[in-house]
Amino acid sequence: MITSYTELSDEYIDVLKEIGNIGAGNAATSLGVLLDEDVSISVPSVRIEDFNDVVNAIGGSEEMCVAVLVNFSGEARGVVLFILSIKDAKGITGILASEEDDGSPGLSDMKLSGIKELGNILGSSYLGSIATLTGMKVNLSIPHVAIDMIGAILAVPVSEYGAADSKVMFIDESFSTKERRFHSHVIMFTDIETLGNIMDRLGLSI
Amino acid sequence: MSEQHVVGISDRKVANAPDSIVTYALGSCVGVTLYDGKTGIGGLAHIMLPDSRMISGGDKSRMKFADTGIEDMAAEMVSHGADIKNVTAKLAGGANMFRLSDDSLIASIGRRNVDGARAALGRLGVRIVGEDVGSDYGRTLLFDLDTGKVKVQSLGKGSKEI
Repeated sequence: MITSYTELSDEYIDVLKEIGNIGAGNAATSLGVLLDEDVSISVPSVRIEDFNDVVNAIGGSEEMCVAVLVNFSGEARGVVLFILSIKDAKGITGILASEEDDGSPGLSDMKLSGIKELGNILGSSYLGSIATLTGMKVNLSIPHVAIDMIGAILAVPVSEYGAADSKVMFIDESFSTKERRFHSHVIMFTDIETLGNIMDRLGLSI
Repeated sequence: MSEQHVVGISDRKVANAPDSIVTYALGSCVGVTLYDGKTGIGGLAHIMLPDSRMISGGDKSRMKFADTGIEDMAAEMVSHGADIKNVTAKLAGGANMFRLSDDSLIASIGRRNVDGARAALGRLGVRIVGEDVGSDYGRTLLFDLDTGKVKVQSLGKGSKEI
């Protein structure tokens, strides 16, 4: 029985990485449908990281970003967080809403709802990969959006899921359409029990 | 020469005037300053969770929690020569960043952190003289040990002093 992410062997980390890879592939397909364009995806980098390393990788605790949070529950429990820079969030939702960037610092209501939709799609993509691989039933919450400093945003799920251990699963990837390239970060938080259940289902009893 | 100390998440710093202490990007976390105006000794803690008793086993890092973190910071200040009778406190943070309205733990974590900090300060008999808590945005705190004033900065919302 593992009690923290730090005890995960390379074999288990490879399983988590595979979940991340499949999720990213699903995400590229769904994004292509949503944007009505071919979307290609870089090979995602999937890492198990400390809170502080994640914050630094995104640009430091005061870096402004757009975050979509989706809670999941059922046989697997946790939170998926998507992080985009303000610029990329505007760009990608500009395509969705067919709006040009008006140069304002915030996001229009139309763009905000586009971001939520994006969160929905990406949430189902990543959690779909857990469901497909393990046969677990997973329910998704409605997406919630925050635009603020990355440190302030990340601490929210960490406070619930990182209480016993501040490591998280961190996926770095970029999506490209014909004209643009978007960089996104996906951070998945689960409790240790969920992690154990996933490994169990895959025949890797911990 | 005054120095600026930086406090990370689940961390604290105690220092003397004329230094200052800063902590960045409090979301649902709560920042607690303690200040003894007579000696100029002060401390800033960046607290992530309300109560150390809610976690069984695993990591019990005392600075993560309001109860143990604030208690330890007060003890460190006293060991540096502060008098707990002169110490006052200020709180900032404890936001609901995603404006979650369900009754999950994650939706109420900011409010519970503030409650935990108030309870810990109550047990120490320390009076709260300033607060900027709740709402839905992140805060950076700059604590000036010369004056005991705390500057609260938020992106797009300017700054205020408590």
